[in-house]
Amino acid sequence: MIKHKHSLMKVSTTKKVREIIAQVLMWLSMAVVFVMVISVIWTIFSHGWKAMSWEMVSSLPGGGFYIGKEGGFLNAIVGSLYIVGASTLLGLLVSVPVVFYLNVYLKPGSKLAYAARMAFDVLFGVPSIVYGAFAFTIMIFFGLRTSLLGGIIVITLLIIPIFIRTMDEATREFPRDILDATYSLGATRWETLKVVVRQIAPGIATATLLSVGRAIGDAAAVMFTAGYTDSIPTSLSQPAATLPLAVFFQLSSPIPEVQDRAYAAALVLTIIVLVLSIAGRFITNRFSKNKV
Amino acid sequence: MIEVKNLNIHIKDAHILKDVNVTLPERQITCIIGPSGCGKTTLLRTLNRLIDSTEGVRLAGQVLVDGQDIIRSGAEITELRRRIGLVSQRPCPLPMSIFNNVAYGCRINNLCKGKELHRRVEENLRGVGLWDEVKDRLHAPAARLSIGQQQRLCLARSLAVEPDYILADEATSALDPISAKTVEDLFVKLKERYSIIMVTHTLRQALRIADHVVFMYLGEIVEQGSADQVFHHPQHELTQKYLSGAFS
Amino acid sequence: MHKTRIIKDKTAGATMLALTIFSILFVVVMFVGLYLKSVPVLEGKSLWSLLSSSEWKPIKGEFGFLPFIAGTLWVTFIAILLALPVSLFTAFYLTEYARPAVRKFVFPALDILAALPSVVYGIWGTLVIVPLISDRLAPHFVEYSSGYTMLAAGIVLGVMVIPLLVSLFIEVFSMVPRDLREASLALGATRWQTSQKVVVRKTLPGILASTVLAVSRAMGETIAVLMVCGCVMTIPKSPLDSGYPIPALIANNYGEMLSMPLYESALMFAALILFVVVFIFNLLSRIVLYRMEKRIGQ
Repeated sequence: MIKHKHSLMKVSTTKKVREIIAQVLMWLSMAVVFVMVISVIWTIFSHGWKAMSWEMVSSLPGGGFYIGKEGGFLNAIVGSLYIVGASTLLGLLVSVPVVFYLNVYLKPGSKLAYAARMAFDVLFGVPSIVYGAFAFTIMIFFGLRTSLLGGIIVITLLIIPIFIRTMDEATREFPRDILDATYSLGATRWETLKVVVRQIAPGIATATLLSVGRAIGDAAAVMFTAGYTDSIPTSLSQPAATLPLAVFFQLSSPIPEVQDRAYAAALVLTIIVLVLSIAGRFITNRFSKNKV
Repeated sequence: MIEVKNLNIHIKDAHILKDVNVTLPERQITCIIGPSGCGKTTLLRTLNRLIDSTEGVRLAGQVLVDGQDIIRSGAEITELRRRIGLVSQRPCPLPMSIFNNVAYGCRINNLCKGKELHRRVEENLRGVGLWDEVKDRLHAPAARLSIGQQQRLCLARSLAVEPDYILADEATSALDPISAKTVEDLFVKLKERYSIIMVTHTLRQALRIADHVVFMYLGEIVEQGSADQVFHHPQHELTQKYLSGAFS
Repeated sequence: MHKTRIIKDKTAGATMLALTIFSILFVVVMFVGLYLKSVPVLEGKSLWSLLSSSEWKPIKGEFGFLPFIAGTLWVTFIAILLALPVSLFTAFYLTEYARPAVRKFVFPALDILAALPSVVYGIWGTLVIVPLISDRLAPHFVEYSSGYTMLAAGIVLGVMVIPLLVSLFIEVFSMVPRDLREASLALGATRWQTSQKVVVRKTLPGILASTVLAVSRAMGETIAVLMVCGCVMTIPKSPLDSGYPIPALIANNYGEMLSMPLYESALMFAALILFVVVFIFNLLSRIVLYRMEKRIGQ
């Protein structure tokens, strides 16, 4: 049999051309991603920066948020902080035990764990507007009005699936030997909680950052439940303003000064979210480095 | 003929291959032996440049395949890989039918199609003794074959693109003894037409089939030569120790 | 001493079991709650006539959801059509080609896209995409367009689902064992041939499931879409028409709905439609992904 000794420089053109086209498409796709990021951030910064002033973040809107030309959006900043702070705490309180239960108490391959994970996946996918509408009907049922409490509850429900999914992921990678080691020292399952929590601390931190990001940016759910107001709530039963709604409502006003408040609020919101996202990336990087 | 000259490989900070100089003769079975972690597999993966996909790898030196350096930039990697087939440790059928597994290489390299393709698939399946076992279910998923059959399928798949060399990385270690014997016998038969380079860590296999032997230790070539010379008249103390089973 | 520890262990277990079960039940509670609220409007008209009629006159008690369903389908379709190729090619690059340096830039960019709130995308849509459509694009095709169109909503939504799609695709592609890629490369295949013929082939169910997940995410997105869709109650005939997707309908009218019980019921029925579709899509695609992970990961 005669073998053809091809030169290694021989080029199979169609193959090569297709490979190049594919790579060009990939680079273009990534370029699209970058262009979008830059375009969005630039739009928010260029409009927000002009409108930004100390007054914006330090005073309440004067003369009504929709028509008054004076003041800022301190009401929304404080409202968002109240809601996000409280729901993050509540969310942790529910999620950590559930994740612990799924991973330590239940055996791997348990039907209940499968069902629970499925349920959280589904809940994670449920749009926030549906959460809002559902919570709204419940509130009407109990005769509640839009209030800080309503906002806190619906945001807590909204972020629990995020908390659980993220922490669950971190926990599933965590070495079983450590558990076995604590068991062999005579610890009960409950007593391993400390060890587990310490081990997945970076996971909890990432989950918290993700949840805070989602909680602070959500508009559809709080629209129904927390309502909107010009003042800072002094009790749980009063309505509360939030940053996304400060953007949304004030942007629809015909008065330029009010629209400026919306742009400034959007800038504040974007900066918060960017900081959270960078912090999250930082933690996951460190986390994976420690693992390897 | 493949000649490796002053090959140095670093992966991140580790110096994996140190000044490797090897000559791999044609139409023979060359066995690369040595304790695990000595760089056998790295050397093998360099010959078809699969090493490129390793993160943080740096190559220096020359690898001449029929006189052409494949390390230098501009070498046509896909053509190189067509000419140097690979049979890996675990059989790895592609997620498609038995027929398409063998046809895959011909199609992607535009070698042949239609009747010619069918002929070539049959010829290569016959070549590895698989034709009679699978001729009635050529379009069944390849994953349904037994492990031993899968490995022979992978061999047929490599042969179908008409390579000159075949690299085998512990190709029989995942198989049951009978399949292992079948595959081993195939290699002996195939050396009439192909140059075969095998990594093996069972010394007995090397003793049975090697024509040429390369002994490696900690990233260096300790000794190389004809099987008779290395096995029966080893020059180096380390080789003697390894052959006597002092370490493995 | 020993006994109290055991009791503690058991009580903690029971409490956590209760929490877990309650979380699962929450899905059911949500469905039942929305369903009970939808009963009045469902009693008045058959399900089919609600979904297929395009008469929307709350004062007369006419609730036809067709324009809203059509609006949702338009924006979702456009969003996925735009996001799918970009996400697929980005994911290919990141899993099959990327050197660590490239990932270092692309991942944070995707992180940012994923983190930006809906309302920020809404602003971007109104300030950038809407004028682009009304001034540059639409004049080539129609006499006049305000720019607040299905296309604008689709583009904004498309950008919003890109990070979700890319991360799902990366997860799916990483399930493919390295050996399989190398088997293909070793036969002389290019990376693109390997991606196309081996990676895609092996992960096709996962790619579909991921896309379905992204569809369900896109369908429920509210504020950004509301800000750029135009909110006109007609069935859009082209991407350059305005429309009124379901989430926008709910968000825009919740204020007025309390005055009419049937109106409230209709809006809750809209939420129920979203919930059911999202539930089914999520459940199916998650099952596919779980199975795949198990099958390939063995």
